Amino acid sequence: MEEFLLIFRRESETKENQPSPADMQASIKPWQDWLGGIAAQNKLVSSGNRLHPEGKVVKPNNVVINGPYAEIKETIGGFIIVRAADFDEAVAIAKGCPALVAPWNANVEVRRIMSNS
Amino acid sequence: MVKALIPIMKEQELIPHLFRTEYRKIVSVLCYLFGIEHIETAEDIVSDTFLSATELWSQKGVPDNPTGWLYTVAKNKTKNHLKHNSIFTEKLAVELKYGTSEVEEINIDLSTKHINDSQLAMIFTVCNPSISTESQIALALNLLCGFGIQEIADAFLTNKEVIYKRLNRAKEKLKAEKIKIEQPTPAEIDARLDTVLTTLYLLFSEGYYSTSQNTVLRKDLCAEAMRLAYFLVENASTNKADVNALLSLMCFHASRFEARMNEKGEIILYEDQDTNLWNQELIGKGEYFLEQASRSRYLSKYHLEAGIAYWHTQKEDTNQKWESILQLYNKLLQLEYSPIAALNRTYALAKANGKEEAIVEAEKLALTDNHFYYSLLGNLYTDIDNTKAIQHLQTALKLALSEADKAIIKRTLDKIMA
Repeated sequence: MEEFLLIFRRESETKENQPSPADMQASIKPWQDWLGGIAAQNKLVSSGNRLHPEGKVVKPNNVVINGPYAEIKETIGGFIIVRAADFDEAVAIAKGCPALVAPWNANVEVRRIMSNS
Repeated sequence: MVKALIPIMKEQELIPHLFRTEYRKIVSVLCYLFGIEHIETAEDIVSDTFLSATELWSQKGVPDNPTGWLYTVAKNKTKNHLKHNSIFTEKLAVELKYGTSEVEEINIDLSTKHINDSQLAMIFTVCNPSISTESQIALALNLLCGFGIQEIADAFLTNKEVIYKRLNRAKEKLKAEKIKIEQPTPAEIDARLDTVLTTLYLLFSEGYYSTSQNTVLRKDLCAEAMRLAYFLVENASTNKADVNALLSLMCFHASRFEARMNEKGEIILYEDQDTNLWNQELIGKGEYFLEQASRSRYLSKYHLEAGIAYWHTQKEDTNQKWESILQLYNKLLQLEYSPIAALNRTYALAKANGKEEAIVEAEKLALTDNHFYYSLLGNLYTDIDNTKAIQHLQTALKLALSEADKAIIKRTLDKIMA
């Protein structure tokens, strides 16, 4: 078994694409059911964290800029860590992410975590 | 309450009753006084006190205040022991908090407050991670609950010899580790309360899920676990959110004690229970302690389990009930994985989101050495694909070890085939 980081990204929020409070409320159950399902297989290493949309970027030469970032249109909304036999299984888990569909239309980046040993 | 009981109690019931309530108190006080090194001396003195009571009371009748009598005799026997064992006394004088070698000056304090302090100290001594949880439970039953070796052996479905060895090994280990019997500081309580709660939870489970046919004994184990949890709630320094949550959980579970077994000692599944047998008083107490537990923002696994147990006390099979149970299991599993929680979560998923979704999720669990896993699949496939349901139940039957489990699976199979 190896550990994989699942990073949830979606297009940076603008006034137009902001999720409604109802959308947010409705998203809780699918997320919890999804996470609970991964945990029930004993494959959830960390429920990770959700991130606030705003941020800052520190660059060389003491340059600090506010997010959202000029270079990319997406922001990271959160992450979890799962346990899977291989990339295929980790991807299969990621496919269950409830944020892949509207109104979120997020994507999930799957990255293999380097083990310490 | 206890005092009112005594006059109507027959003599042959009185001594076992006092043994159960007073043995542990006097032992705690003496252990607290002597230290872990002399745990057997404390036990011998108290056993000897009860032996004297048995002999004298049968000849001369029961004294007016039997408990007071026991305390006085125990005190005298302790002082005698100290007088006649100068080596013991010299060693002890160094360790005693009073720093005196004058036996008469040693205060054997059997006041309620001191008994409580001693018992709290003993709880934290016994529930020590340096000994196995199995030993902690046996030692808790022996020293904190006044259970005899035979009773403990019956509870663990083993013989006296095994328990005797287990207790001795545990005591030797505590001595070797030089575990102190002392009031836990607030920092120690924070660091070690978890271990204490785990032991109490296991003690309760031992009674609740035991395959022993001895219902009285099983109830006693649950009652003792609840008594100790209540003791911690009563004590200001240990009256924490998770202790209240654990006690709440125990109350909710215990409320179904009468309903979950028939006269033949066979387990009755939750959905088949006579809800009139659910104890509403215990349910009320569970709600009270859950409310107390919810006063802080801290959320332990006991909070989640108590929440799940709360919803199980609701008779109506509503969507809200199963949706709440599902969400609590989702959180519980994120906090701590266990196969049984994974299986129960999937059952709740079927109730909340439908069997089709639950079957997909159940098959991902792949707990192929667990008969509950196949029982769950059998349950989920029932009325969807009965051939598959029967296959899964037959696998469950092959894997089940206890007669009680086999009986349940057979009954379910019979129902589907009928």
